[in-house]
Amino acid sequence: MGSAAPPFPTAVGPMNERQSPLPEPLVSHGLPFWQMQGISKRYGGVLALDDVDFACGRGSIHAVLGENGAGKSTLIKIAAGVVTPTTGRLLLEGREVAFAGPQDAQAEGIVCIFQELSLLPDLSVADNICMTAPPGRFGFIDHRAQRRRAEALLARVGCADVNPLELVRNLPLSRRQMVEIAKALGRRPRLLILDEATSALTAADVDKVYGILRELRRDGLAILYISHRMHEIEQLADTCSVFRNGRHIETFQKGAKSDNEIVRLMIGREYTQVYPPKPQRSVAPAPALAVRNLSWGSRLNDVSLTVGKGEIVGLGGLDGQGQRELLLALFGVLRGVSGSIEVDGRPARPRSPGAAKSPRIGMALIPEDRKSEGLLLPMSVRDNISMASIGKFTRGLFIDRARQDARIDEMIRRLAIKVGDADSPVATLSGGNQQKVVIAKWLMTEARIVLLNDPTRGIDVGTKQEIYQLLRGLADAGTAILFYTTDYDELVGCCDRVSIMYAGGIKRELAGAEITEENIIASALNLDLQVGA
Amino acid sequence: MSAPSSTPSSTLADWKLRASQGQGLLIAVAVFLAMFTLYISNHPAGLTVPVATTAANKAVLLALVAMAQTLPVLTGGLDLSVGMVFVMTNSLASTIVSGEPWQVALGIVGVLLAGAAAGFVNGAIVVYGRLQPIITTLATGAVYYGVALLLRPVPGGDVDPDLADFMTYTVFEVVPTSLVLLLAVVVLVWLPFRNSVIGRGCYAVGSSEGAAYMSGVAIGRSRLAAYTLAGLLAGVAGLMLTFVTFSGEASAPIGGTYTLNSIAAVVIGGTSLYGGAGGAIGSIFGAFILRTIDDLLFVFDLPPLWQPLFQGVVLLGAVSLGAARVFRVKNRLELFN
Repeated sequence: MGSAAPPFPTAVGPMNERQSPLPEPLVSHGLPFWQMQGISKRYGGVLALDDVDFACGRGSIHAVLGENGAGKSTLIKIAAGVVTPTTGRLLLEGREVAFAGPQDAQAEGIVCIFQELSLLPDLSVADNICMTAPPGRFGFIDHRAQRRRAEALLARVGCADVNPLELVRNLPLSRRQMVEIAKALGRRPRLLILDEATSALTAADVDKVYGILRELRRDGLAILYISHRMHEIEQLADTCSVFRNGRHIETFQKGAKSDNEIVRLMIGREYTQVYPPKPQRSVAPAPALAVRNLSWGSRLNDVSLTVGKGEIVGLGGLDGQGQRELLLALFGVLRGVSGSIEVDGRPARPRSPGAAKSPRIGMALIPEDRKSEGLLLPMSVRDNISMASIGKFTRGLFIDRARQDARIDEMIRRLAIKVGDADSPVATLSGGNQQKVVIAKWLMTEARIVLLNDPTRGIDVGTKQEIYQLLRGLADAGTAILFYTTDYDELVGCCDRVSIMYAGGIKRELAGAEITEENIIASALNLDLQVGA
Repeated sequence: MSAPSSTPSSTLADWKLRASQGQGLLIAVAVFLAMFTLYISNHPAGLTVPVATTAANKAVLLALVAMAQTLPVLTGGLDLSVGMVFVMTNSLASTIVSGEPWQVALGIVGVLLAGAAAGFVNGAIVVYGRLQPIITTLATGAVYYGVALLLRPVPGGDVDPDLADFMTYTVFEVVPTSLVLLLAVVVLVWLPFRNSVIGRGCYAVGSSEGAAYMSGVAIGRSRLAAYTLAGLLAGVAGLMLTFVTFSGEASAPIGGTYTLNSIAAVVIGGTSLYGGAGGAIGSIFGAFILRTIDDLLFVFDLPPLWQPLFQGVVLLGAVSLGAARVFRVKNRLELFN
């Protein structure tokens, strides 16, 4: 049971007997429109939602707040029928429902606008908007009617300039997002869920969306709104719910709490990790990596930062603010990057990961998804560990197996990788040990700059500890480390300095005693407040 | 606010859009017309009805099999059994499409049902067994070839001669009947399918299966329909082969060649092997292009042994056109997805 969860029907709020429907938001009475009771969701060993009670009513915009991994996405995926809960009940207008897939939820009028767009790139805008229930009869599509419907919906969201015949793949991201919204409106939703739906929009489009949402509220829709932008929530929401560590913490009327209080509600977790001590420095170390004005399309804007020798610099912020793109840009994966990168004072612009790992630059990237980008799953532990440094162990044209194996065994000992037989496929190891193999692979290259992309995600607590020790040990030996993590606790515990990213740029740099969870969350939400200072 | 745009200027814009989206098809049509014109202008007899009929009868067989291949490819799959279904239905037709008119009619229905059933089995295994299309259809293809051998251990059999004559000759002494058949298949099968919810589901699945699922598209049903229809079209082709050869033959080389050429025709016709874009009309012209290569070698007195070489060059050219997108990718990781 969630410790601080309120008694159940608070979400609808104190009910005042107001009858006039306009212009005030229409508040339905009696049962809430949508209820989730005792919902838990377990992914393997991770409890994403823990006995959550949640409800929302018609004619209201209900904001859901929480930091990375608080359980917001799981909550809406359950509502949208994408994920089935491990335990718990879903009630629509007091009637219990179960969804086998998104179709079932949509049939009940629950429509979700997902962060990762659900548009089909090779199909036209009109096809996409009328995807599930196109006009026509006997299963044949009436293209004229479809086009008229698409045009009307596009006009409603202020995108009359988009030709319904255009392929979605040819639209810029902001237009795609508006098409996604038009598509959702075309399904006659009763509960509309928006998951970061405004993140890619221009300011004018955002205003348009606000207007539409207010209209829909007046029409009596229930609207769930997930956003990390506090000012949006201030402008739009009637009710706010805060989630933390998979639990529903509190639900309150907008304006009932200050930004400060909301941020505190979002933190408040138990500290379970022990971190190696940070070195005390009086002088800043010589920079090993200096980045100036790095830009890439609309995803990276003028990013400048330095990482000193022996320093661990954290990259923070909410998911998807450009952290991943920054690491990929540094590692030579992206094309068309502008700005300058210096390694040890010399300009360096790796054109590929192969160039980035060369001794001249000496970079390593521990990627985000070890299964697809980090490991060759069917190959052996040995082959995986030696994959990035294979060129170091050659004699003539051939691999010097004895010398290579000796180094691999040393790595396995050093990282304490639990492996029965180093020649067995890496897929047979546990998640934590797999991640150690990825790290071992890059330590073998003797990189001077190590970039990490959320290396502890989905890893057990013990292995996390070992990784923190290892990182600090590397730093003490002079390696420069740039460490992106979605776990704010790690930023506080592990990093000498922290750069918070927001919308593709560095929002704020924190150092020393400034690195607190309050400051990190406030900057990540793009708030300019000093909390608990 | 809502401005229905059917003004002339927007219609022009619409046509431009349609043209750019149908680029692959337009290129295939243009290449075929150029090649066919070259062939006819060098043919000693010129464009006469017999010349056109011979060319059409050969080309329509591959065109039908290529149409069949298009459907699984649109869903992001591949059907390696189309050639074997073609051979199996040919063997079947050489056994049951003869006798009294009602027997002939029943036989035709039986042949088409057999093709559709073979496709349905493919689809069911892919959808419900969740096996990869390539390996599934490789295996079922062998099974269908086995069935063909059982039906027709040695080449032979026969088919209603009047019907066969009619189907391989002309309508009103002008238009080759086989072309009329192809047009009928396009109008009665392909166009309705393309405009149906299920048909669009096939494009959706091939374009992005995850997004299609999230949009509530009936993914399984669409896939199943694609493979079933592929089997049906291969069955039409098998029937037509029986009319052309007046007999049946369980020939592995014919099955294999038609399968591989059908994939080539699909690609030349502008359908993406990644799925989601293209269509069966393009594949028809892709098949016509492949067939015309033969005829060109003939009129220019080049040894027919050169045919595979030219086919390969045309195929490479077609694939290169589709690969141009590589130069626009900004995140190199996307090249591998």
